[in-house]
Amino acid sequence: MARNVTTGRKTINTLASWSIGLLIFFPILWTILTSFKTEAQAISDPPLFLFFDWTLENYTVVQERSNYMRFLWNSVIIAGGSTILGIIIAVPAAWSMAFVPSKRTKDILLWMLSTKMLPAVGVLYPMYLLFIKMGLLDTRIGLVIVLMLINMPIIVWMLYTYFREIPGEILEASRMDGASLRDEIIYVLTPMALPGIASTLLLNFILAWNEAFWTLNLTAVNAAPLTAFIASYSSPEGLFFAKLSAASTMAIAPILLLGWFSQKQLVRGLTFGAVK
Amino acid sequence: MATQHSRSAARLMLAPAVVLLLGWMLVPLTMTLYFSFKKYLPLRGDTISGGLDWVGFENYSRFIGSSAFWPSVQATLLIVGSVLVITLVLGVLLALLLDQPMWGQGIVRILVISPFFVMPTVSALVWKNMFMDPVNGILAHLWNFFGAEPVQWLSQASMESIILIVSWQWLPFATLILLTAIQSLDSEQLEASEMDGAPILKRFWFIILPHMSRAMAVVILIQTIFLLSIFAEIFVTTGGAFGTKTLTYLIFQRVLESQNIGLGSAGGVYAIILANIVAIFLMRIVGKNLDK
Repeated sequence: MARNVTTGRKTINTLASWSIGLLIFFPILWTILTSFKTEAQAISDPPLFLFFDWTLENYTVVQERSNYMRFLWNSVIIAGGSTILGIIIAVPAAWSMAFVPSKRTKDILLWMLSTKMLPAVGVLYPMYLLFIKMGLLDTRIGLVIVLMLINMPIIVWMLYTYFREIPGEILEASRMDGASLRDEIIYVLTPMALPGIASTLLLNFILAWNEAFWTLNLTAVNAAPLTAFIASYSSPEGLFFAKLSAASTMAIAPILLLGWFSQKQLVRGLTFGAVK
Repeated sequence: MATQHSRSAARLMLAPAVVLLLGWMLVPLTMTLYFSFKKYLPLRGDTISGGLDWVGFENYSRFIGSSAFWPSVQATLLIVGSVLVITLVLGVLLALLLDQPMWGQGIVRILVISPFFVMPTVSALVWKNMFMDPVNGILAHLWNFFGAEPVQWLSQASMESIILIVSWQWLPFATLILLTAIQSLDSEQLEASEMDGAPILKRFWFIILPHMSRAMAVVILIQTIFLLSIFAEIFVTTGGAFGTKTLTYLIFQRVLESQNIGLGSAGGVYAIILANIVAIFLMRIVGKNLDK
């Protein structure tokens, strides 16, 4: 459809939207800009917007002082590992519910969703205790498992809604041709479901990357990811705006880029298919 | 079409996910329930192997009876309620605006959605220091510019500050979902009403808003679930001081700071009950969608 609008109205819409968009984005923009300033320029009054001496010094200092790379690596392993492991377990489950539904499928899906509602703080100490008992405290594998379990319902749900859009006739046809269950999944289903699996992967990677309850409470030194790295800057001695900004920029930049690509899937994934 | 063979195969494929989630739900939950009926103070020498004293419902009544309980419930409700109202009202307005024809719509969408991807510890720290610092923060500069006395945001207006930070994080989510809902609106219906001469406000009230109602309900429920358990934003900014101690934070302090596991577990059970009440409504909406 083509709604007829005057250029004048379109200009007003554009101006209004861009102003609000920039206002909402400003804290992020400001953080990125500040990361390139010297500490003195970072707190100057009036604030310097673009005309300052751009420097990369903060980035090198942050990397040297707090070993940023190790935290980054932990984040990548924890977010990536939990997402991939979750998908490996969730694909068969979602497949079976989408293509061989039973009377209980709906109940199982809703029950899975309900585990997501369990407030983390309600089971904080038991998890703490179990982690100590199993030697998982402050290990990456421990966090991979917990984040995998936390995001499992979202992963199953997203995959389920994608799989349901694949027409069942295609599967039947391949079955007629004598394809085994294994062939069916590897050669017929997976290629068709790949875009859906990719979106699921992306969104859950982002969610795991930003998770900040278990990552703060179940790590100390060895397995601490970027969420904990940044939280360590909340102590007063870390109060250097330019360095804080550089650390923040490094923590959010990769995920911001991924997020821009996955914004369309975000709606579907986080509303469990209720809004498409 | 499903043969007996494929049915049992399907069950087998479902099993790992179900078993894992069942374990994840039952094991810690059972432990929390168990501890909530026990006196368990590890710092005073209580150990599980040494046996814990059964105290009945004492932890439950003590948790509710403590002077910190009601303020924490109030703080929780205030944060959840305010953020919901702010993000919904602004989200609807913003979604309506972004739905209009304009130049560079895709870029504006990206600008608006960005805060959602910022990890909670980063957004809390950036707001706390670079914006709300009473000496060097941007807001202090702004106040100075207008000749006003800078505000000690996180101590004098602690609640408002936290609500501002959390709203900033969640406004993108609400906007994006409401925008998706508006865009799925049948444009013929809108055009017909436009031709019938229905004024803008009437169109909004009788066509657009009812169409968005489901998306709004979903936004309310999902945000409530997440907002009930916000943690990093308070951990990093006020540490629960200045009246910002939520129920989640109170339980966290009981468990990890004062190491009163029994009391904290009883609090945890309350938090679980609270979250479940919200969850039931969310499931109804999502469940309806499954029947189609």
